[in-house]
Amino acid sequence: MLAIDSTRKMSFNRTISNGDLAIVYARHDNMKPVTVSEGSVLQNRFGVFKHSDWIGKSFGSKVFSNKGGFVYLLAPTPELWTLVLSHRTQILYIADISFVVMYLEIVPGFVVLESGTGSGSLTTSLARAVAPTGHVYTFDFHEQRSGSARDDFEKIGISSLVTAGVRDIQGEGFPEEFAGLADAVFLDLPQPWLAIPSAAKMLRHDGTLCSFSPCIEQVQRSCETMQSNFTDIRTFEVLLRTYEVREGKMESLEIDGDDGSNGSLPPCKRRQRSDGASVVSYPSSSSVMARPCGEARGHTGYLTFARLN
Amino acid sequence: MCSSENNKKRVTWEGCSVLLDINDGDRLVFARLSPAAKLKIGNKNCSLQPLIGCPFGTVFQLDTSSDGAPFLSPFQPKGNINNTEDIKDGRFQAESKDGPLTGELRDNRSLIDNNTAQSLTGEDIEDMRRQGAKGDEIIEALIANSATFDKKTSFSQEKYRLKKQKKYAPKVLIRRPVARSICEAYFMKHPLKIGFLRVDTLSLLLSMANVSSNSDILVVDMVGGLLTGAVAERLGGTGFVCNSYLGKAPSMDIVRIFNLSDEICKRIVRSSISDLLSQKESSQQNPKHDDGSVESQLNNQMCASVSMEEISHSSENGISDLGADNAENIESSTFPALRACKAIKAGEKASQEIIDSWKENGFSSLIIAAPDLDTWTLIKDLLPLLSNSAPFAIYHQYLQPLATCMHNLQLEKMAIGLQITEPWLREYQVLPSRTHPCMQMSAFGGYILSGTKICSS
Ligand SMILES: C[S@@+](CC[C@H](N)C(=O)[O-])C[C@H]1O[C@@H](n2cnc3c(N)ncnc32)[C@H](O)[C@@H]1O
Repeated sequence: MLAIDSTRKMSFNRTISNGDLAIVYARHDNMKPVTVSEGSVLQNRFGVFKHSDWIGKSFGSKVFSNKGGFVYLLAPTPELWTLVLSHRTQILYIADISFVVMYLEIVPGFVVLESGTGSGSLTTSLARAVAPTGHVYTFDFHEQRSGSARDDFEKIGISSLVTAGVRDIQGEGFPEEFAGLADAVFLDLPQPWLAIPSAAKMLRHDGTLCSFSPCIEQVQRSCETMQSNFTDIRTFEVLLRTYEVREGKMESLEIDGDDGSNGSLPPCKRRQRSDGASVVSYPSSSSVMARPCGEARGHTGYLTFARLN
Repeated sequence: MCSSENNKKRVTWEGCSVLLDINDGDRLVFARLSPAAKLKIGNKNCSLQPLIGCPFGTVFQLDTSSDGAPFLSPFQPKGNINNTEDIKDGRFQAESKDGPLTGELRDNRSLIDNNTAQSLTGEDIEDMRRQGAKGDEIIEALIANSATFDKKTSFSQEKYRLKKQKKYAPKVLIRRPVARSICEAYFMKHPLKIGFLRVDTLSLLLSMANVSSNSDILVVDMVGGLLTGAVAERLGGTGFVCNSYLGKAPSMDIVRIFNLSDEICKRIVRSSISDLLSQKESSQQNPKHDDGSVESQLNNQMCASVSMEEISHSSENGISDLGADNAENIESSTFPALRACKAIKAGEKASQEIIDSWKENGFSSLIIAAPDLDTWTLIKDLLPLLSNSAPFAIYHQYLQPLATCMHNLQLEKMAIGLQITEPWLREYQVLPSRTHPCMQMSAFGGYILSGTKICSS
């Protein structure tokens, strides 16, 4: 997914090879990760797609099924991955993820510590931000979950940038070997205040910490704990509103005077109103209109940031 | 002085760019540190020399030496700086914050506001200074000589102390100039220059365009160079960010505020859109398409603009907060000592060779932040320059151009996954029994149209 090796740039119109991971796009709300394997087929309501038809095509191509249905094959990115990964836990989405990476001031070469790993949604973006020379160490106390995340990192090709460990971070803190070496620490834990003293120990001077919590009571306790080692403690909520766009053709009504002679466009319809004035409707000019979508995520969590004193 | 690790450095160096946060965000100043650099605080001019070699995050306090010369010295904070909007803005009523919640016995019913409460005169304070009193000692003296201080609620006492501290012992915090701090500073003090691009919106643009190492990112940056700098920071000296423009190359002043190493600067190039669009053959016949006038104009621009910039509302400079072009004036008039030009080689013209390789292979992604260019005609020209499956993100302050653009992209089947999003950001004050959203928020961070380019059929 990431061009870790400069000889394999993403920008080179890459063609799909056997073994590649592709994001199969049917619609914006219907996407699926597929590892291309000669001989395999993808079956969905648009028909049967043969993987062998895909090999050699460039990413971004439209491919057809036996029934003439079609999908697009996209190159994976952290944003697409977040939309298609299997949810083994609650995950972070693009708005929170983007803000976390920017506010933690993560740049290539950084060492970042994360807990818990969860489904690895954030981890993928952290890996992108520290590449090609930095590293993300992510910990979860749930062994199976950590293993699945590790498999995913392998599958999407970021395992050289990420190490997934099994550890109870609230109970034991981060491993001592990272003391004073972390440029940034991220916590998405049920009781983050238990891990904050360890986070402080891991960070370099002026290093940044972020804790994500859905509930304000968690934020309250975390902030109190941060007071002793951190400065610049700030809490945010980030949300996105999406818009739908359509072309609208609307008739315009105008009330005519008695003589019916105003208006420069020829009226296409003329109806007599009961009061004698006529209502004229002009041929509509179409215009593109936008409005917010009716449903949106109303809350994800609070993001508390702080800087080591 | 540029090392490859500038962006990881935790300590300032001579020639490094810093963001100085004076009195908790009251004033924000970008400066380049040198022994000769001076900063004016109130009516005092003090040297920035003591800031060289200090860890970022250090707080300095303005003091006066016995011979009356002002100087900055490191300050050890007693408490922690938190987002206590209450105290900063004093919006809360004393009743609601003290009485029932903390069980404080005092309230402000007996306080009468007149000017007789303080018995120290300005002259007394000057005398104290001459005798070498530190800022903190002056504040303590003011408190001791205030007839009303003891009657104030603890909240008001804190406010009083803060007010006096800002005046008599101003604090200067050294921040690292990175995409986050630079964007926030401009958004707060000089938003027009960056097209009102809010930090969460900028962060989304970088994600949506999959900015990552070893990629070649095409940008149209009409937001002062903020976008270009932020992309270069994420590339970390790999890949390329190509700043493209119509006509004359736009200003990239803000790029110089980032502490970008030489390796990173070399990855910032520019090209006119017409050069990117011209057929490969014809551009080879006519390699000097971008004539000398643009060249010299730009080089001029790069060197003439000084390495220091201040954005400030303060009227002492006689600068209005939204004068987008005033930045240079501010820096040169206020800080003549800092005119030394640092030869950063950011924004060289892209070589024909690399332009040809982009024509062949396509850019990895595209970001547009160009409030004054027609979005649809721009994207119609630029999208074919991307490799297939490349993501793109377009920022605009207005919804309509993006809606039209999205509609046309759909009709022409040029892209999929099209979405217009509007980010929303709210900050909270978190304090024991006093947690609430901040009273003031930015109500608008602009719109983003994002999508993925597909193969033309
Ligand atoms: C909500 S998920 C994290 C989701 C992740 N941020 C993402 O974007 O995919 C929280 C994770 O924390 C893990 N966790 C809970 N307590 C923990 C502890 N004490 N030590 C380590 N991990 C823990 C859980 O197993 C769970 O996987």
